[in-house]
Amino acid sequence: MTGDVAVLGAGMHQWGKWGRSFVEYGRVAAKAALADAGLDWRDIGSVVGAETVRGGYPGYVAGSTFAQALGWQGARVTSVYAACASGAQAVNAARAQILAGLADVVLVVGADAAPKGFFAPAGGERPDDPDWLRFRVLGATNPVYFGLYARRRMALYGDTAEDFALVKVKNAAAGALNPLARYRAPVTAEQVAASAVVADPLRLLDICATSDGAAALVLSSMDFAGRHGAADPVRIRAVSTVTPAFPREVLDLPDIATDSAVAVEPAPETFRASIARAAYEEAGLGPQDLSLAEVYDLSTALELEWYEDIGLCAPGEGAKLVREGVTALGGRVPVNPSGGLASFGEAVPAQAIAQVCELTWQLRGTAGERQVPGARAGITANQGLFGHGSAVIAVR
Amino acid sequence: MSRTRTPVVAGWFTEDSTDEDFRLLGTRCSGCRTVFFPREDRFCRNPGCSGGELAEVPLSKRGTVWSFTDGRYRPPPPYVSDPDVPWEPCTLIAVELAAERMVVLGQAAPGVGVADLEVGTRVEAVPGVLLGAPGSGGPRTTWNWRPVPAPRPAAPEGGTA
Ligand SMILES: [Zn+2]
Repeated sequence: MTGDVAVLGAGMHQWGKWGRSFVEYGRVAAKAALADAGLDWRDIGSVVGAETVRGGYPGYVAGSTFAQALGWQGARVTSVYAACASGAQAVNAARAQILAGLADVVLVVGADAAPKGFFAPAGGERPDDPDWLRFRVLGATNPVYFGLYARRRMALYGDTAEDFALVKVKNAAAGALNPLARYRAPVTAEQVAASAVVADPLRLLDICATSDGAAALVLSSMDFAGRHGAADPVRIRAVSTVTPAFPREVLDLPDIATDSAVAVEPAPETFRASIARAAYEEAGLGPQDLSLAEVYDLSTALELEWYEDIGLCAPGEGAKLVREGVTALGGRVPVNPSGGLASFGEAVPAQAIAQVCELTWQLRGTAGERQVPGARAGITANQGLFGHGSAVIAVR
Repeated sequence: MSRTRTPVVAGWFTEDSTDEDFRLLGTRCSGCRTVFFPREDRFCRNPGCSGGELAEVPLSKRGTVWSFTDGRYRPPPPYVSDPDVPWEPCTLIAVELAAERMVVLGQAAPGVGVADLEVGTRVEAVPGVLLGAPGSGGPRTTWNWRPVPAPRPAAPEGGTA
């Protein structure tokens, strides 16, 4: 397919709380991806940085910050910010440059040093910022929204807190096999149930932590990959970055209210489902073709919603999949074989890139103990604050 | 001690009103009838609308619970609360308004916990004060969602209840 780009290299800095600058983490991930690709930094024609907004100016100009840390060498540079979708937008920018013939080989880097506890908006009095407003007016932290979705699922579909805990148990078991994960201990349902309630019905172990971390990819044209000796590389076949359609009916971060549907009948599909659909349409494949998926498990209950939104099952049937082990390692379609955010925590600009790293290793068959046998196609799914879609489909 | 009561955000709800006449304030587009809350005073966001005047409109007082949860930990700034006062869990309710066909999030009235709520419970908007002890500047007024009291048993024929 002419729209494919090759994944030549993938690398990460281990997730955790390391107390260092995001620049260091990003440099480590970039070096690992370059080594994996068998390329020197000076071979790279373009660098795309996924931004963090918590690092001050260096964070706002992530592309050049990483380029400086690796050593100025005159590459084309791009910085992108799309909250949790920053990494996917960075991949998209790199892909667009490659497909447009502007660059043969591009380094994509995302890294963050996250604050402890709740994410909060930047300081000052900024009532024109919807994210600032939801904190000031309601004290509505991210887990509050996750709690609302979880409670809604319980009322609509009969999901239980025990179902949610199964997601954590599953992801912790996978993360225990991943040396790059922050949390590597198995977790039991009892441990989830014994952890403190953060936002009813969700408990501490239902909600992902904030972490430091970094991930990087080296992407190239298929021609460059061929010349470089990679005849059959993992290929990125689709990148979805769609926005919602008006009126958006599901209350979403950071909004205080949904759009009114008095004038326009809402589309039957949710925003999250439209993100995956756009990726499937671009890739020319569907959920039945997936070997695995990496989805944004900000909360355990939200992972169940993604099963439905990426088409693994009908709405309301997500809990059934996790109960039956369909999405566990060894199941029909493992979801979050990396361990997911449950095992990594959230390092915002890095996470969507880390998802593609996991697809890459799985599709190459080099994921070690957590390998999904014979993996041929995978999707990542994620959503960025303020209406940023994010999904990547990779194939082998 | 200051008795000033400042709205947590100006223009989003009626001020100095009783429980009965308290309303959230949005805006409505004259071109397509779309309602906006928080109020949108600049432009209509319906992509199919050729544009209209945005006029203030009170939202429905009553709606039904779309979902609910609580915040067991103190939210970070810019939430205003006194760090020396222990944090009391704050219940948050997302309410579906039938006439506006939208969902609006808000804090529950004091004393309303998650055990008092179900998806579908009827609630109403009433004046409230931002939960958590105020910092400097006095109380911040806001809106609260409160379950609508169950209807009283039907009054006998000719009764005055
Ligand atoms: Zn309009």
